[in-house]
Amino acid sequence: MSQASTEIIRISGHTGTVPGAGLNREYQVCKLVDTTTCIGCKACEVACLEWNGYTFSETTFDNSYQTMPDTQWNYWNLIRFNEHERDDGSMMLLMRKDQCMHCEDPGCLAACPADSAIVQYANGIVDFQEAHCIGCGYCITGCPFNIPKFSPTARKVFKCTLCNDRVQVGLEPACIKACPTGCLHFGTKSEMKELAETRAEQLREVSGFGDAGVYDPPGVSGTHVIYVLHDAKNPELYGGLPKNPHIPYSVWLWKKPLKWLGNFAMIGGLVGLAVHYMRFGPKKEEPIPPSDRPDDERRV
Amino acid sequence: MSTNAVSGPTTATRAYDEELITRYSLAERANHWVGALTYIYLLITGLAFWTPYLFWLATVVGGGTTARFMHPWIGLFFTVSLFVTFIQWRQDMVIDDDDRKWADDIEAYIKNEDEKLPPVGRFNWGQKLFFWGMVFSVILLLISGGGLWYVEAFPWKFHLLRYVAILVHASVALITIGLFLIHVYMSTILEEGSFGSMVHGTVTRAWAWTFHRKWYYQVTGRSRPKQ
Repeated sequence: MSQASTEIIRISGHTGTVPGAGLNREYQVCKLVDTTTCIGCKACEVACLEWNGYTFSETTFDNSYQTMPDTQWNYWNLIRFNEHERDDGSMMLLMRKDQCMHCEDPGCLAACPADSAIVQYANGIVDFQEAHCIGCGYCITGCPFNIPKFSPTARKVFKCTLCNDRVQVGLEPACIKACPTGCLHFGTKSEMKELAETRAEQLREVSGFGDAGVYDPPGVSGTHVIYVLHDAKNPELYGGLPKNPHIPYSVWLWKKPLKWLGNFAMIGGLVGLAVHYMRFGPKKEEPIPPSDRPDDERRV
Repeated sequence: MSTNAVSGPTTATRAYDEELITRYSLAERANHWVGALTYIYLLITGLAFWTPYLFWLATVVGGGTTARFMHPWIGLFFTVSLFVTFIQWRQDMVIDDDDRKWADDIEAYIKNEDEKLPPVGRFNWGQKLFFWGMVFSVILLLISGGGLWYVEAFPWKFHLLRYVAILVHASVALITIGLFLIHVYMSTILEEGSFGSMVHGTVTRAWAWTFHRKWYYQVTGRSRPKQ
């Protein structure tokens, strides 16, 4: 899964099968967040800061458990607390760990103009390469989840890396390691999907959450962070999780038809002007006829 | 056209034709070149952000990060320059009935058959179109560009504005590129004497008579001859 690039597939002078072949069943990684077993302890928030070397940001108090209103350039992982009144009048505290979703079809990458500033690894992690980031903020527009955040001091954009540096060496992301309830899981995409579906089925059939389901939105071709929700029909309840996220249509219009139309028009315009010059040549001034001269300048 | 085809112009008349008259004041020229240079910077950096195939343009002017930092500021200077242009020329740029008649015969202008066109004032219909095109474009570019400058300042509930801003900024910039290409082509290589007029501020009488006849009558104090 993580060390796929060093997996041996052929060996010289070797009889028999290749040892370790098929060791990697799957390259795609996935984080599963089971919102139904999250207790909102924020251990994942702290672990994220510790591993990535950021100090704790100033918190704000708004009469809830919410640490701060939004993720920040140096605060990539935030539990969103939402008080939800159910139809029977009872109250639920919905808690969702918010972070980069690592889309299979990432809007940030589609919108980015800087060579190599955003990459997607074969394992599904979408990673910002700050050395190449020019700080334009187009990724902020391209993201349907409001994740990339601009640092005014660095003049670059930052977000969750899914602990790419840990995953590379076979470790789970820091948030997963810190979770005390086991609501966070990490593994291959198919394993996590299966686990999520099993849990959702359990919620539907045993726990009375008839609308429980898995959030793995097809609009961005699936994500590498998936949720189990008590109410999969209303993801907006969980702090504005979009129901059908996709790359914004305007980003598509801008990067596809408008770009080709514009390139065609600019090149066509240059060619047209060159052809015009060759066909019609320069405009030259002409001598002024006597009728348009002063009397003493009319001698011919 | 009543030229002296038989004998050709005498020395005296040629001297009259080639005498220089002022077309652009120093203030007009200085402001024009502030606008021109800032626009070229915006064009280079804007094209770098437009397509990966032209991202190298950003390297030429100091790298992508510098280009991203400077582009909005230079854009403000361009806006100021265009505002000064607006103050200087707004009266000369009013499109009147003569211009509309001229526009109807634009095919003759494109084919360099200028003698078939009605006489024009200080600026022709095409120049006026360029002027108003740039004025309205810069307003849209300023508004949309402000949104792109501080994209992170948009609250998430207004994120639709981000989507509008990127489309408006790119589309309007493309329109200005079209206007810019035609403007540069016509004033540097197509119409001889134009480029010099924006450098030195002067044109010959013959140039004024050929391309801006109503303006020639105006500055030489001659009334239009009876037809």
